[in-house]
Amino acid sequence: MIRLDGVGQVFDGREGQVTALEEIDLHVQQNEFVTLIGRSGCGKSTLLRLIAGLISPTSGTVRVAGDPVTGPRRDVSFMFQRPALLPWRSVLSNVMLPIEIDGGEGDRGKAAYRDRAHQLLELTGLTGFERRLPHELSGGMQQRVSLCRSLIRDPQVMLMDEPFSALDALTRTELSEELQRIKMELDTTIVFVTHSIEEAVLLADRVVVLTPRPGRLREVVDIDIPRPRTLGQNAHLTEVARISGLLHGLLAEKVAPVEEPAPRQVDEVRPR
Amino acid sequence: MTKRSWLKDSPAAAVLLPIIGLAGAIALWWLATIVFGIESYLLPSPRDVVISFMDQPSYLLTETGTSILETVEGFLLAIVVGVPIALLIVRSVLLERLVYPLLLMVNAIPKVAIAPLLVVWMGFGQWPKVVMVLLVCFFPIVISTAQGMKSTPIELVELLRSLNASRTQEFFKLRLRYAMPQMFTGLKVAISLAVIGSVIAEFVGTTHGLGYVIYQSGASADTPLAFAAITLLSILSIVLFYILVLLEHLLLPWAQESR
Repeated sequence: MIRLDGVGQVFDGREGQVTALEEIDLHVQQNEFVTLIGRSGCGKSTLLRLIAGLISPTSGTVRVAGDPVTGPRRDVSFMFQRPALLPWRSVLSNVMLPIEIDGGEGDRGKAAYRDRAHQLLELTGLTGFERRLPHELSGGMQQRVSLCRSLIRDPQVMLMDEPFSALDALTRTELSEELQRIKMELDTTIVFVTHSIEEAVLLADRVVVLTPRPGRLREVVDIDIPRPRTLGQNAHLTEVARISGLLHGLLAEKVAPVEEPAPRQVDEVRPR
Repeated sequence: MTKRSWLKDSPAAAVLLPIIGLAGAIALWWLATIVFGIESYLLPSPRDVVISFMDQPSYLLTETGTSILETVEGFLLAIVVGVPIALLIVRSVLLERLVYPLLLMVNAIPKVAIAPLLVVWMGFGQWPKVVMVLLVCFFPIVISTAQGMKSTPIELVELLRSLNASRTQEFFKLRLRYAMPQMFTGLKVAISLAVIGSVIAEFVGTTHGLGYVIYQSGASADTPLAFAAITLLSILSIVLFYILVLLEHLLLPWAQESR
């Protein structure tokens, strides 16, 4: 479904060029759940943006469904660390935003999408909140709205950039389990960036470990624990512990002293 | 409810307290003119001011109308001129560097100094006043609009890009909407300046408007009339300001809590 061959990414920083990613080869199967894990600055977010077509690689090729990625695709959705809701739109209207951007119709009628939106809001426990504005919701609920929005186009691929990392621990666990449940009902390929080992082990079929500066693929770990997995009671505790330990080891390996990534340039914020 | 919290929290108190404050100030003023026997041409009592207004209400209201028209016209013109300038500045660094110092310079000129020049250039009609209003209030509009346009959070821009939105969609569905609360901040600053601008312009080369009334009454030491005109100007300024506040509440209900 997603194929990266020899992908590299170099940014022009303040003090010369910064290699964010180097020689990444990765193949994600259809319907697979892959988590990308690594320390900050290992280029995991960059990798996700490359797959999304938000940036183009400086070397190598990125393919989604066999086609080279040249820009954002309709069947690929992106979910951000923050809810990224438009504050003046109601919950329902935020969920419908992608359809509106498409010109309202898409391959079904708008009414059908509206039904779908209600269905998704029900699935995430947001029924009754359709008319609310984002600021009236808790952080967890906002992120649920964001999840509904990224599902409204029935995407082939969902790219998720640490979507639960800004939430409190309980809400985070709740949402992770919910995502797993939703994933089991849908045929969607998911690439999920996180720096939480717990989250990675709960969600992923495969965990891809990246090492920083330059971002390289360190190891790919298969997780064969049957679903649905839970964080509390678990019949496979030893297996979870073994994998968590392994990931810990991989992430803790000595690396060169880490510099914070350069802040984003103001230019990026200017209108195109 | 204790007495204290009633004073602070009830809606009746919210309306009554400012009125009590205002009435108290007027009473003090009145008392001062009586107790110290101040001459009316130095400081008229509130009663003198009201009498002065009642002597010629239709004249004063007509002049108020003239001032309102100039103020509102100049203000709208400032929006029409200022917002596109702000959009251009935000769009290109080159333009920003080219235009921004000019804007600063124009804004730095003391507006009173060019009021006579505007009359020389544009005659005695409405234009020099409207242009003066434009000059005093377009700067806050430009700055606040530009700031607002730049304040769009990067994750929202990325969101729209990830949805393959066109530039036009990005502009209308995101950037412009996001800039609105800050634009309103600029507009509220500008409307108060606009009233001042119209008064300055009316000091020179005209026989109409509240500014002229004040100028004339100063020359003839008719202080009560000047006070009547000043009171009308203050009311005008406050009303225009609250019209904007009302508009903001109606148009941007989301902006009150979420920012």
